[in-house]
Amino acid sequence: MSKTHVTTTVNGDTAEFLASPGMTLLDALRDELGLTGAKEGCGSGDCGACSVMLDGRLVCSCLVLAPEVEGRRVETIEGMAQGGQLHPLQQKFLEHAALQCGFCTPGLLVASKALLDANPDPTETEARYWLAGNLCRCTGYDKIIRAVMDAAAELRQERTA
Amino acid sequence: MSETLDKPALNIVGTRPIRPDGADKVTGRAAYGADHSMPGQLVGKILRSPHAHARIVSIDTSKARAVPGVKAIITASDFPDLASEVLEGGEQASNLRDLSLNVMARDKALYHGHAVAAVAAASSEAADEALARIKVTYEVLPHVLDVEPAMAADAPLLHAHLFTEGLEAKATAPSNIAKRHRNVRGDPEGAFAAAEVTVEGRYTTQAVHQGYIEPHATVAAWAEDGRCEVWSSSQGQFMVRTYCARILGIEISDIRVTPAEIGGGFGGKTTVYLEPVALALSRASGHPVKIVMSREDVFRATGPTSGSVMHVKLGASADGTITSAHVDLKFQAGAFPGSPVGAACMTALACYDIANFSIVGWDVVTNTPKVAAYRAPGAPIAAFAVESAMDELARKLGMDPIALREKNAVRNGTKAAYGPTFQNIGYLETLAAIRDSEHYKSPLGPNQGRGVAVGFWFNVGGESTAAVNIGEDGSAVVVTGNPDIGGSRASMAMMAAETLGVPVDRVRPIIGDTASIGYSMLTGGSRTTFATGMAVVQAAEKVILDLRQRTAKLWDVSLDHVVWRMGQAECTDPAKPDKKPMTLAALAAQSARTGGPISAQVSLNAQGAGPGFGVHLCDLEVDPETGHVTVVRYTAAQDVGKAIHPAYVEGQIQGGVAQGVGWALNEAYIFDRQGLMENPGFLDYRMPVASDLPMLDTIMVEVPNPAHPFGAKGVGEVPIVPPLAAVANALRGAIGVRIPHLPLSPPVVLEALDSKAE
Amino acid sequence: MARVTLGSECWPFTNGQSDFDIEAATVRDVIAALDARFPGLGAFADKRMAFAIDGVIHQDAWFSAVGPDSEVYLIPKIGGG
Repeated sequence: MSKTHVTTTVNGDTAEFLASPGMTLLDALRDELGLTGAKEGCGSGDCGACSVMLDGRLVCSCLVLAPEVEGRRVETIEGMAQGGQLHPLQQKFLEHAALQCGFCTPGLLVASKALLDANPDPTETEARYWLAGNLCRCTGYDKIIRAVMDAAAELRQERTA
Repeated sequence: MSETLDKPALNIVGTRPIRPDGADKVTGRAAYGADHSMPGQLVGKILRSPHAHARIVSIDTSKARAVPGVKAIITASDFPDLASEVLEGGEQASNLRDLSLNVMARDKALYHGHAVAAVAAASSEAADEALARIKVTYEVLPHVLDVEPAMAADAPLLHAHLFTEGLEAKATAPSNIAKRHRNVRGDPEGAFAAAEVTVEGRYTTQAVHQGYIEPHATVAAWAEDGRCEVWSSSQGQFMVRTYCARILGIEISDIRVTPAEIGGGFGGKTTVYLEPVALALSRASGHPVKIVMSREDVFRATGPTSGSVMHVKLGASADGTITSAHVDLKFQAGAFPGSPVGAACMTALACYDIANFSIVGWDVVTNTPKVAAYRAPGAPIAAFAVESAMDELARKLGMDPIALREKNAVRNGTKAAYGPTFQNIGYLETLAAIRDSEHYKSPLGPNQGRGVAVGFWFNVGGESTAAVNIGEDGSAVVVTGNPDIGGSRASMAMMAAETLGVPVDRVRPIIGDTASIGYSMLTGGSRTTFATGMAVVQAAEKVILDLRQRTAKLWDVSLDHVVWRMGQAECTDPAKPDKKPMTLAALAAQSARTGGPISAQVSLNAQGAGPGFGVHLCDLEVDPETGHVTVVRYTAAQDVGKAIHPAYVEGQIQGGVAQGVGWALNEAYIFDRQGLMENPGFLDYRMPVASDLPMLDTIMVEVPNPAHPFGAKGVGEVPIVPPLAAVANALRGAIGVRIPHLPLSPPVVLEALDSKAE
Repeated sequence: MARVTLGSECWPFTNGQSDFDIEAATVRDVIAALDARFPGLGAFADKRMAFAIDGVIHQDAWFSAVGPDSEVYLIPKIGGG
């Protein structure tokens, strides 16, 4: 079967690639565009390691077919730090030691940013339920939740300042 | 050593700096197993047995070879047929033949998912099509999955030549029982007869997977001159090198293994599955080959830990002194011998000072994936049974569960149940930390229960290498041979910086490949901060000695009159009051003129890893309508020796607790009647998610280990030992009946509630 | 004389006997003495057992010192996860 030409926007830049049938957005990002920050932990939408934003909505990129992103806007972990500065979430993950092996971290950061974009002042319970689609096997989530809550507080302060 | 321990102040050890690999890991730059590619690489895929137990009659690859883009197809006939031999290459003794047969089945497929052939093709689609066209003719055999049926005299035999080791009389007929372990002290039967109180129970657990989020992945290249390159995610690049060389029958010197970042291991990446296959495919195709496992393959074909059937009996006097114990442990090994039942036997009663006991363990092969190490292998399983029985004993005696454990606790000078005499342990302090905690004194709400359980793990030392290279600006690069699985780069940098007396951000820790650093045993057994940390400190000390010697020459004073303090050489010769201190940077800048680059490497075999003890306290709440259990509060105390980076020590404890809670409440391998795993995905193999858990409180007790320069003990494994029983004991408290079988899933809890109501 | 105790894994070599007093300055001496008395036990112990000397576990360590009154306990080698 022939490949499909796809034009999309990834982290603000135009990107083009050829999608073979059955190729997922995750495959396209990793194998065609060289963006390996999104990870495949399950390939079935259960672990969240491949989380990206598609037109401002949090998705598992392993569940999106690559041609579906034609003309749409994709944001990945690679676009989170801006101008050589870590995003406050990234900084707080480091300060709170919210990662051990780090494999789930890109997905958790993308999902956390989506949370704080939608809800700048989440309760701990809201944060836990929002992030329930992102598996972490190392940390027990304690430090991740603390990092997200701390980043939320800092971002709120930045907004009011 | 004690001189180091007496050092008054530590500037870096015990603080919480940002990890040196942090930026890479929060930006997606860190390269894990599947993130690396080689030019011209092919896609490798593996054909797996659809049967739990079957003779491989024939494999016809002719149609598969005709698929366009297919470059190589291999089966077991492409690997040497190896003799049985116990390998010491890794930490867990493995049999080389079994290892090879697990990588690729030869005559028989022993479990659903067992590899039987592999292809390399130009595309994933071509590889899939080739797999579909390989025709394997199987003779399906009766299978056996559970440990007790596998021990039965009429059970289907997995291995015709397996004779039970460890019996008084040599086994005369083959069976599925690979080994019996036995440890007896005193007169347990006599002591039971005299006991005033006894409790007895049968406990079972299911196979559970380590559940690392990163599937196994490798890319390997076999060059025309026979030199091999392997990039893979594992707990030890040297382990991968040894195993690949032995399985393929080639020289270690022909293989260079580069460790990828590792996305979790927990013991499950202490062996090889893909690397020898990728190398054999590369040899056959003339191209590099990349293989990435699917999650389904990870569940079906890589090692979980054992399911078990256990029997525990405890006898005590009315004052709570335990006088006798009997522990019988039957463990599933999977397709080849080697369950962790030996370690389970050694750890089962390690927290208790008991005069009379008998412990028996059975290692039993079954038609399930060969078990692999999983965090304190064996110990959580045995602790589930023993700590549940302890809880019953406390209830029967009317004693506080911590008071009962304190009364029978091992302490310094106690002869451990597994033999040696304990020294420098902090178990009583850890029990006291929980006893005195606010949590232990807090009230419980309706439908809630509280459970206590304790756990022990040995921790190990072993061979490690570290190099410290000083840059011309006085910065340091620390090279070790241990993959960083949970923040060990941070602790290596901190220990080097502390020793050298420089800020931690002046130290860059690097993990070397097998050709760029000396041999190191894998990252496992809670050994890295202890053993590799010791090598780092000794290498830094060698650097300091070199710097002092150079300074002594510069100042024309004796070596004794040059001390190293806070990152600089200071002169203590009263005759030379004019000598201003020289910093590491100043000395490094002129190193060419004083003898050349400043660097040191130390290789050692670290002894004296201090054992660790944990005491856990769990509160949970039961929904009486659904049987759903929610952990509402959890506190884990542990003797950590000395926390080098306390945040990552807390993280190890919290992570162990979370895995243990999953093991207790939800996780289990489920098989159908044909022996096929029914839940090989994260949807149906239910690991804890963020909304399942509360914050996990930790208490770090620090009773230093004199064998380590800063007093560190291993911390990574102990915290998974107590949670299974802590949860089960809390549930017992909440619902008033004991459920001795894991997992404690809602239907099971509901059934218990119903049976109680009747 | 060091007091040496063998774990049950070693008993097939000794007909179940487990306790010995052995003149030894190092682990290697212990291995040699055991092998002299029970041929094959030395190699077995060297490969499969760890030596807990006064409570401190030594693994693959021929030159580790054994004191005149040391307790030496042979236990299976420990791995981990």
